[in-house]
Amino acid sequence: MSRRTIEMAVGTAGLDAMGRPIRAPLSVRERGGLAVEAPYEPDMEGDHMLINIGPQHPATHGVLRLVLELDGETVVRCVPHIGYLHCGFEKIGEYRQYNQIIPWTDREDYLNSIGNNVAFVLGCERLFGIEITPRCTVLRVIAMEMSRLMSHLVWMGTTCIDIGAFTPFLWLYQERENLYNLLEGWVGARLTTSATRVGGMAADVPDGWMDGLKAFIRNFPKTLDESDRMLTRNGIWMGRTVGIGALTAEEAINCGLSGAMLRASGVAYDVRKDFPYLDYETYDFDVAVGTSGDVYDRYLVRIEEMRQSIRILEQAVQRLPDGPVNVDDPRVILPPKTNATSQMESMIHHFKLVMEGPRPPIGEVYVPVESPKGEKGYYMVSDGTSKPVRWRIRPPAFVNLSAIPRMVEGHLLSDVIAINASIDIVMGEIDR
Amino acid sequence: MSTSFPPYKSPMPGSAREAAGLPEPSTPRNVPHHGGAENPSVSALRERFPEAVVRSHVMWGETTVFVTVDAVHAIIRFLRDDTAHAYNYLVDVTAVEYRDGDQPLEVVWHLRSLPWQRFLRIKVALEPGAALEVPSITDLYAGADWIERECYDMFGITFAGHPDLRRILMWDTYREGHPLRKDFPLRGRFSRAEQLSQALSIDSSGNYTMNELSIAEAFNDLPEDMKQRLRGALGGPSPEGTSPEADKEGKQ
Repeated sequence: MSRRTIEMAVGTAGLDAMGRPIRAPLSVRERGGLAVEAPYEPDMEGDHMLINIGPQHPATHGVLRLVLELDGETVVRCVPHIGYLHCGFEKIGEYRQYNQIIPWTDREDYLNSIGNNVAFVLGCERLFGIEITPRCTVLRVIAMEMSRLMSHLVWMGTTCIDIGAFTPFLWLYQERENLYNLLEGWVGARLTTSATRVGGMAADVPDGWMDGLKAFIRNFPKTLDESDRMLTRNGIWMGRTVGIGALTAEEAINCGLSGAMLRASGVAYDVRKDFPYLDYETYDFDVAVGTSGDVYDRYLVRIEEMRQSIRILEQAVQRLPDGPVNVDDPRVILPPKTNATSQMESMIHHFKLVMEGPRPPIGEVYVPVESPKGEKGYYMVSDGTSKPVRWRIRPPAFVNLSAIPRMVEGHLLSDVIAINASIDIVMGEIDR
Repeated sequence: MSTSFPPYKSPMPGSAREAAGLPEPSTPRNVPHHGGAENPSVSALRERFPEAVVRSHVMWGETTVFVTVDAVHAIIRFLRDDTAHAYNYLVDVTAVEYRDGDQPLEVVWHLRSLPWQRFLRIKVALEPGAALEVPSITDLYAGADWIERECYDMFGITFAGHPDLRRILMWDTYREGHPLRKDFPLRGRFSRAEQLSQALSIDSSGNYTMNELSIAEAFNDLPEDMKQRLRGALGGPSPEGTSPEADKEGKQ
């Protein structure tokens, strides 16, 4: 047996990360002899990586898509893409009577559906020139504050999950469940409530319902305190949130932020105080204000807002007056069903209201409320027909989200999740 | 997104109102349809921009000022920077198109003064046939960025000076028009439901004009059967030089 010898490339250009020799390529033809080229080593230092989060990612709280340009793990640029849930609510509203729009308001910010119902009819009532009854005013305050609690509970629970705390999520969702049970007892629905009507409510609260609310008011602060103890001085929680995504007061105002996002930056702007509605100026409550405008302050502000909501609920339960819920105005409120089937005049009113719908005079209004996400307002323009010419939703989460590139740039990729959670977005409202 | 911030001092909400000794805000009651106290900024605007302020009115307690399109940027800058007004918070930018096509399309700015706790609505009326272009105020309020993009997307109003004016809710390649315009069908131009309702319509003027379809550049990207249906609705010849009826016969 003869032994063949083969000339091979000699010399290795070092070892790779796994300790294996890197085979050096030959370039004999070019150099006219045996030579070894420098091995290929990708120069990663100056390269940026594009990474796509969403649109279907559990941490984006819906169908938000973020395209991030990363330098290592640091976000250099963030380009959000929205519109995946666009349903054309505002267009549909132009083809609906005012009371028919109320179910659409459930579905935009679906964590705050009863709050949206109230906000929408407040705008309608200004447009119609109607003053609601005292009992209805207090019932709507109860609805608004329950809605704020429900939305904040979901926000806090999901933010816990995003940042890695599981236990408070379960406690908070249990409390949310209690609130949904109360809501179901009142209006019959849990998520899509459609609880209001122009000039009143779909239903008064049933007998004994207030006892359930009082029990909730008694028990809920314990759960909140427990979650507070779990998180507020928790080293991991603080490490993930303190100093992350901070905005100054000037920035926050200039970006048009509202709600807890604005107040965490130190601006005590609360529509309930600055442009009151539903007699909020007569309730004794405080506006929680942060100092540094980071994720941690937003968390603290929202926790405090829940405590203040409980204070408002306590006062509302005490002052709830007796009397009718709906205004006595046949132009907007349906007559009782027994009258509609037995009396000619009521039947005509019923027919006209259902078939033609109530007609506001020519005009336009913008009525803002303090939704859990921030300043939500409905801008409605009427040309005297029973359908609005223009129904514009001023979406707080949309404007708050538009500041996300400013907040995440310069932070780590993992902070993007915390910052995004702190905005408290609901894509149904952002895309509408 | 690293635009620098216009320097201004942001006083706290209600501070100027307190300093001026005005009463605390309360829930408005029995607001009159027309009339009532006008926002004091309007008289200042009339003084400062006498030829730019067209008219103003108070409706349901809210003051609306109609201004000319050339001056709207200067007016908003004045309202923001002058401490006697301090409209430091942009609430909303939107547009209103009326059902009556002879009425002008209105672009609406909702401004809010946090220190004075005031609200002002500024409107620019764009007459039918006029260019749908207004100045962007993204240099004054960073929050106007997405709001103006949405208004452009939904109404086709160009905000001159916007750094990144592209569609936001509809996708980038959407070519069917601007959904909140009154000439845009509720179900969308090319939806099957809209095509069916057009085909069943006896009113021949309800069919699309070639102009409308040429605006829609996406026509070429449509599936062949939809193109055929559209051509049938138009009554025009198909590109092969045969009429839609002839096509049908050929297939049979």
